[in-house]
Amino acid sequence: MNDMSDGYITADGRQIGGVLMELKNITLKFGGVTAISDISFDIRQGEIRAIIGPNGAGKSSMLNVISGFYIPTEGEVWFKGYKRGPMRPYEIAGLGIARTFQNIALFDGMSVLDNIMTGRLTLMKSGLLSQAMWWGGASKEEDAHREKVEKIIDFLEIQPIRKTPVGRLPYGLKKRVELARALAAEPKILLLDEPMAGMNVEEKEDMCRFILDVNDEFGTTTVLIEHDMGVVMDLSDRVVVMDYGRKIGDGPPDEVRNNQDVIDAYLGVAHD
Amino acid sequence: MPDQLLFAMEVTLNGLMAGVMYALVALGFVLIYKASGIFNYAQGVLALFAALTLVGIQQGQVPFAHLINAMTGMHVSHFGWTVPSILAIILTAGVMVGLAIVIEKLVLKHLVNQAPIILFMATIGLAYFLEGFGDVMWGADIKKLDVGLPQGISETVESVTDSLFGYGFFIDNLDIVATVVAVLLVTALTLFSQYSKQGRALRAVADDHQAALSVGISLRFIWILVWSIAGFVALVAGIMWGSKSGVQFSLSLIALKALPVLMLGGFTSIPGAIVGGLIIGVGEKLFEFTIGPMIGGATENWFAYVLALIFLVFRPQGLFGEKIIERV
Repeated sequence: MNDMSDGYITADGRQIGGVLMELKNITLKFGGVTAISDISFDIRQGEIRAIIGPNGAGKSSMLNVISGFYIPTEGEVWFKGYKRGPMRPYEIAGLGIARTFQNIALFDGMSVLDNIMTGRLTLMKSGLLSQAMWWGGASKEEDAHREKVEKIIDFLEIQPIRKTPVGRLPYGLKKRVELARALAAEPKILLLDEPMAGMNVEEKEDMCRFILDVNDEFGTTTVLIEHDMGVVMDLSDRVVVMDYGRKIGDGPPDEVRNNQDVIDAYLGVAHD
Repeated sequence: MPDQLLFAMEVTLNGLMAGVMYALVALGFVLIYKASGIFNYAQGVLALFAALTLVGIQQGQVPFAHLINAMTGMHVSHFGWTVPSILAIILTAGVMVGLAIVIEKLVLKHLVNQAPIILFMATIGLAYFLEGFGDVMWGADIKKLDVGLPQGISETVESVTDSLFGYGFFIDNLDIVATVVAVLLVTALTLFSQYSKQGRALRAVADDHQAALSVGISLRFIWILVWSIAGFVALVAGIMWGSKSGVQFSLSLIALKALPVLMLGGFTSIPGAIVGGLIIGVGEKLFEFTIGPMIGGATENWFAYVLALIFLVFRPQGLFGEKIIERV
């Protein structure tokens, strides 16, 4: 895999860049329970990277390590060539790592538009006083951000619900709004925790299309966790397979699909 | 117009104005409750502390004078200068922001993810600590607060109503000022929370902590911000109540009057705090005026609570509160 240091060309002909994030020997323990044990992999500029595995394999934990909600017990996270120190989740969001949650974490009382606007908080520059007093740049800045947000709203086809309080939306649309909020931050890495969980076939197809379109349009590096194997194989460029907190496979979908360990993990083979 | 009706109108007006004063205190509760789910028992004491500090700064009192005197045998009490009201108010606002930072660092920071009842207990502790601290810092005597607000009965209102109805209304000037200030304050707070970046962040934190973190909001900054704003609202309430009835330790008890206001208006609604305050203010004055004489008066002490209890039965979330829906 050393020949990939300057990127590679995907099956559908997209150019993938160099390493954006590297996870080195990550171990995560909760008391006596080891959720992740000694996992290493990298994420490259512009690719769609999937993490798959059976229930309880540690996928979500891995995502939480990347987004800073968990601090790994051992191991290092390198981002853009620098080792990342211990940081709080909101600081990591400031670095340009945006995420969605498995159980949807939106601001239910706020409108769709306001929810997506919160995604731009890290990009807003004007300070507390000028905001409070509505001085000079604050209002102009708000307009500029609003314009970007409207573009994302158009892109994800949620114009009709712009002013609706999020709490009233059906599940599938909530998932889309959460994606919109993450995109609003113009993330360097977009983390999607089971973006298709609980959706019907039609909603899944829509979501697939959006993830591909986002990657295509903005070149957003995407890391996603998904249960649905079919979806993962269609979407992703490279796949990490986890089982019982260990990495049992890593590579392009076709390669992973034929990996004996992976087949065993999914079909269930007696561990002896 | 019959005299009875005119008198009732005057009572209603006075009730509205009294309601504004209750609403000013209730507002502080709502702000903190919305942003952090904490019922801040110390809100009334914050108002007391703000008023004490304001008087102290204004009159050039030496803070901790008793303590210094007792420890060193000196006899200091005042620096010998007075500070202009405006400057004193600004300085006091600064002290309230400082207090917010200290509260966050010493108390809230260590109680993240604790049950609401723990945080509530912490604010009770804070209330009594702050009351004692204010006592040690500025002395326990009743102080007169005068920041130049007009006092006494408004002659304009009296003469206008006299020429209109042939009956002059007695309305307190200070109540009129309090009403104007409350309207300005609520407008400013609403604009800030609806249209500014920090306001949006504040609403986001109130809604979902985890999601707020994921979009890059620092919870600690927001808590300091919201306690600062609550401190500022407490300062405004402290000025109004202090100007009306002097700065004394019973001022912290006005917080108890804010409770029925909150039950009526809902704990999460700024307009609710205002409307709740007005209903309580008018209700208790009219009740005292109509029913009071029949049952021996002094109904103002308990009327608000009874009204709140009745409300709890029929609309537990208050008039403007978020509807409580449990999903199964």
